[in-house]
Amino acid sequence: MKKLLAVLISLMLIFTLAACGGNTDDDGTKTPENPVIRMSTTTSVNDSGLLPYLLPAFEAATGYSVEVQSAGTGAAIQKAKDGNADLILVHAKASEEEFIAEGYGVERIPFMYNYFVVVGPEADPAAIKDSESAAAAFAKIADAEAPFVSRGDDSGTHKAELKIWGEAVPDSAEDDWYISAGQGMGACLTMASEKAAYCLTDKATFLSNKADLDLDIILAEGEDMKNTYSLIECNPEKLEGVNTEGAKALIEWMTGDEASALIAKYGEEEYGSPLFYLIEE
Amino acid sequence: MANITEALSLLTEMDTELLQIIGVTLRMSFFSTLISCLTGIPSGVLLGKSSFKGKRTIKKLTGTLMGLPPVVAGLIVYMLFTKHGPLGSLGMLFTVEVMVVAQCMLIIPVVINLTESVVRINASRLSETAKGLGMGKAKTALLILSENKHSLLSVVLTAFGRSVAEVGAVSLVGGNIQWKTRVMTTAIMLETNKGNFSFALALGVILLIISFAVNIIAAMLVKEDKQ
Repeated sequence: MKKLLAVLISLMLIFTLAACGGNTDDDGTKTPENPVIRMSTTTSVNDSGLLPYLLPAFEAATGYSVEVQSAGTGAAIQKAKDGNADLILVHAKASEEEFIAEGYGVERIPFMYNYFVVVGPEADPAAIKDSESAAAAFAKIADAEAPFVSRGDDSGTHKAELKIWGEAVPDSAEDDWYISAGQGMGACLTMASEKAAYCLTDKATFLSNKADLDLDIILAEGEDMKNTYSLIECNPEKLEGVNTEGAKALIEWMTGDEASALIAKYGEEEYGSPLFYLIEE
Repeated sequence: MANITEALSLLTEMDTELLQIIGVTLRMSFFSTLISCLTGIPSGVLLGKSSFKGKRTIKKLTGTLMGLPPVVAGLIVYMLFTKHGPLGSLGMLFTVEVMVVAQCMLIIPVVINLTESVVRINASRLSETAKGLGMGKAKTALLILSENKHSLLSVVLTAFGRSVAEVGAVSLVGGNIQWKTRVMTTAIMLETNKGNFSFALALGVILLIISFAVNIIAAMLVKEDKQ
């Protein structure tokens, strides 16, 4: 018993020391005055692994440390409005413009995009494969009453889906085939796989989860399926305690050459094509 | 304060979706509590009144399972009922039934443990009395139950409270599907994720009102029984 206790205590000590070690990096970079940047972002850029891939390079170059909070676009923006972020990275144009109009944000900087894709069972029961647009595909799904999983959570993806449905969005309890899950992208894809249903998803999240899913990309790259990501610096005049310098530094870096090169390469090796594209100025 | 006002106005408006969510919540919690108590209380009484080999091991086991994180219980049930899982052919994933299964996994150990600690205090005395009166085993058990009914009521209420407040397991196996498996806690989680923090809080107030009502009804039932 005593021996076990000794082993446990020494393990704890080792872990504590290892954790402390992380703080003492002396690589010569100057530490900024306020070194913590709080970024509020959507699940898709974080869960697809993009930020964990990009940010270490930024942190090493500048000495900042970035705290990423990821949630649906609605919550991501609300957190920033409550003064809990220095900048946001989201993908819902209407909400972004509202955020700026209300004085919370400084400027909307669209900097990268990718495409939403419609995924579904390989058999494609509603025969949407050669549809011209997502809207046409959705109409076929509704006609066939084929199961469809919706995010239903006010996220950027959900808003894009609602825009595609337009007037025809199914919203009554009788529409049995339309499953409004109210969960994150990963959970919705899992549900679509379980129920052999269609789902609108960003390509990055789908590809990074594909191995565990019985789903394929059925429709890709329609005109109405473009998905633009923007950076917005929180307005220090409206919100207290915003790390403006940090936010500016991160935005400058994210739109600069080094990050651009990294983003353009991201996913190429693993999936054969990049997951995000840069917006050319 | 504004949240409480919002909660009350939501309740008086009788929003169909809200009523439907409350209905699913009560149905799920009722069956989770019922099944957990029907299995857990008898086991707890047995554990509390008799001594047998392996009793301490069982007590340690139920004590450990009381600390089972809801998400882990949800994961286990999910793996059982997933399409390619051992029970996948039943097609029960994302239904209220499977939410009840996951909750029972969490609640039964709690009920067994609490019942055992309630019964242990007076079980041997009651057993001796019953023996003196020449009562059989079944009657002895009934005597123990009725002598402890007030304490056991709080066991039942604890089970209900755990069920109605739980979110990790039910969102995983239920899927939080609108009109089908959305309950109060997953609705609160959804509104929080949407950024509607004050609406989420109003839903939380409604959940508390429901729990309060259930507690009052339960207290009344026991009181009536006394007279």
